[in-house]
Amino acid sequence: MWIELLTKVLIAGAVLTGILSFGGVLTWVERKQSALMQDRIGANRASILGFRLLGLFHIMTDGIKMFAKEEFIPRTDHRVLFLLAPFIAWLFSLAAFAVIPFSPELTVAGYQVTLQVANPEIGLLVAFAMMGMAIYGVVLGGWASNNNYALLGSMRATAQMISYEVALAAAAVGPLLIYRTLNMQEIVIRQGQLYNGWLPLWGIVLQPLAFLLFLVAGAAETKRVPFDLPEGESEIIGFNLEYSSMRFGAFMFTDFIEKILVACLTTTIFLGGWQVPWLADDGFRLGGALALELGPMVVWLLRLAAFGIKVCALIYVLMLVRWTLPRFRYDQLMSFGWKFLLPLAFLNIIVTAAVVLVLNL
Amino acid sequence: MAITVKKIDASPKMNLLERTYLREILRGLWITNRHFVVNLTRHILNLFRIKAKPGAVTIQYPEQHRGYHKRLRTAHYLAHRENDDGPRCVGCMMCETICPAKCIYIVPTEHPDPNVEKQAVKFTIDMGRCVYCGFCVEACPEDAIRMDSGRLDICSYSREGMLWDMDRLLANHHDPAPYKDEEKWLDEEF
Repeated sequence: MWIELLTKVLIAGAVLTGILSFGGVLTWVERKQSALMQDRIGANRASILGFRLLGLFHIMTDGIKMFAKEEFIPRTDHRVLFLLAPFIAWLFSLAAFAVIPFSPELTVAGYQVTLQVANPEIGLLVAFAMMGMAIYGVVLGGWASNNNYALLGSMRATAQMISYEVALAAAAVGPLLIYRTLNMQEIVIRQGQLYNGWLPLWGIVLQPLAFLLFLVAGAAETKRVPFDLPEGESEIIGFNLEYSSMRFGAFMFTDFIEKILVACLTTTIFLGGWQVPWLADDGFRLGGALALELGPMVVWLLRLAAFGIKVCALIYVLMLVRWTLPRFRYDQLMSFGWKFLLPLAFLNIIVTAAVVLVLNL
Repeated sequence: MAITVKKIDASPKMNLLERTYLREILRGLWITNRHFVVNLTRHILNLFRIKAKPGAVTIQYPEQHRGYHKRLRTAHYLAHRENDDGPRCVGCMMCETICPAKCIYIVPTEHPDPNVEKQAVKFTIDMGRCVYCGFCVEACPEDAIRMDSGRLDICSYSREGMLWDMDRLLANHHDPAPYKDEEKWLDEEF
């Protein structure tokens, strides 16, 4: 029992550290990718002993800057909430990672080890619930700021995030009708099947429309351009108006964490999670025959790497969108969410349900 | 006379495919993605010293310069004589006289060499007042004051700092590096 507790703590620590480091690296990726897309060079001046390392040290300098800056706290009746709000958003978006299956199970010395902190039967609902709770950070941040502009900004943000959460969940229903489970590990295992022995039946193959809707709604949920009305850095003032120093940094970092979360969820539901095409438990299988035999440890590592590569590819696409499209207007945002995404998601549910019923999947 | 109202329809005409937006978004993403891939390839090639076009149009300013035209009037400098280190200036006061901004201050004295008319003991240009008209260069009979140093980063924290004395003017010289040099741009670090 103690060993199980210890392994859980270790796994949780590994996931937490991994996500936070990855989030830090994403700040660099975002700068460099946008720079390359716009024929620029990007931040490259921070150096240690003359080594610039492609600007990687800017991750550290950002942190130092955030901590060293003056923290201004406005005169407000809700000081505790004001101080707490960024970390509420931060905490809940991190908590959602508890149910993400980063790897399959591996039996080490008689113990089942998997890079997944918890595997409840309602895994996906937990993830959605945590994403929903993260909205509270934004709401409280705007409300406790004692600033009408911040309040309006947080109202905007709340309306957007709740609207798109509906579309997000509705888009996920389609694949769930096919998988018939909310258990994240089960969802991934179901996607290991092959059609006619060659086509991996990933969610994106079965539900291409739902994949697109989920990705768009996910981008909106994480307040990214073209859906970045809640922040609107310089033009329309957002909920984080009164925040400075590391508390502002926490809000900003939450965005990166949520971006990883959306990429992880999309990978799990639509891109086959840790599944590598044609890789079974004992090695690569082509047409049912064993083509290349691999040990369980190698298979496990390959699958872990597959999850990482899929997440990275999705984040690349999300960043590409973020640095390509202009921002929506607020009415466009709302009508896009309610009149376009949601009806399409419902249509997808109806068609999927009918097909599942008829084919008796 | 009746008022005529001319209705102008400035809304862009879009067909159905364009209005559904999806194809247009994909086209936009294709462009940015192409820029990313091409620039990344060029950066990597340059990193391994394989000659390729630069992956960015950025000019890294303090180290790299934009490349000015050779006839551009840039910061002044005083030329040296060919034989010894003395300045070419003979203290004739022509530049100080013609200067429309009155930013040149010269204190002349006798030169030890009887073949040389005079020399300047003090030669100060107030760079903050200079209008870069180039009259001083044209007026100079000895080709001593020149304005083709290729330097435009003239700045100081104080007004006194904008007063360039003779030592500084003599130390400043024609710097060929800032001129347009395509080869140098390839060598950038990204």
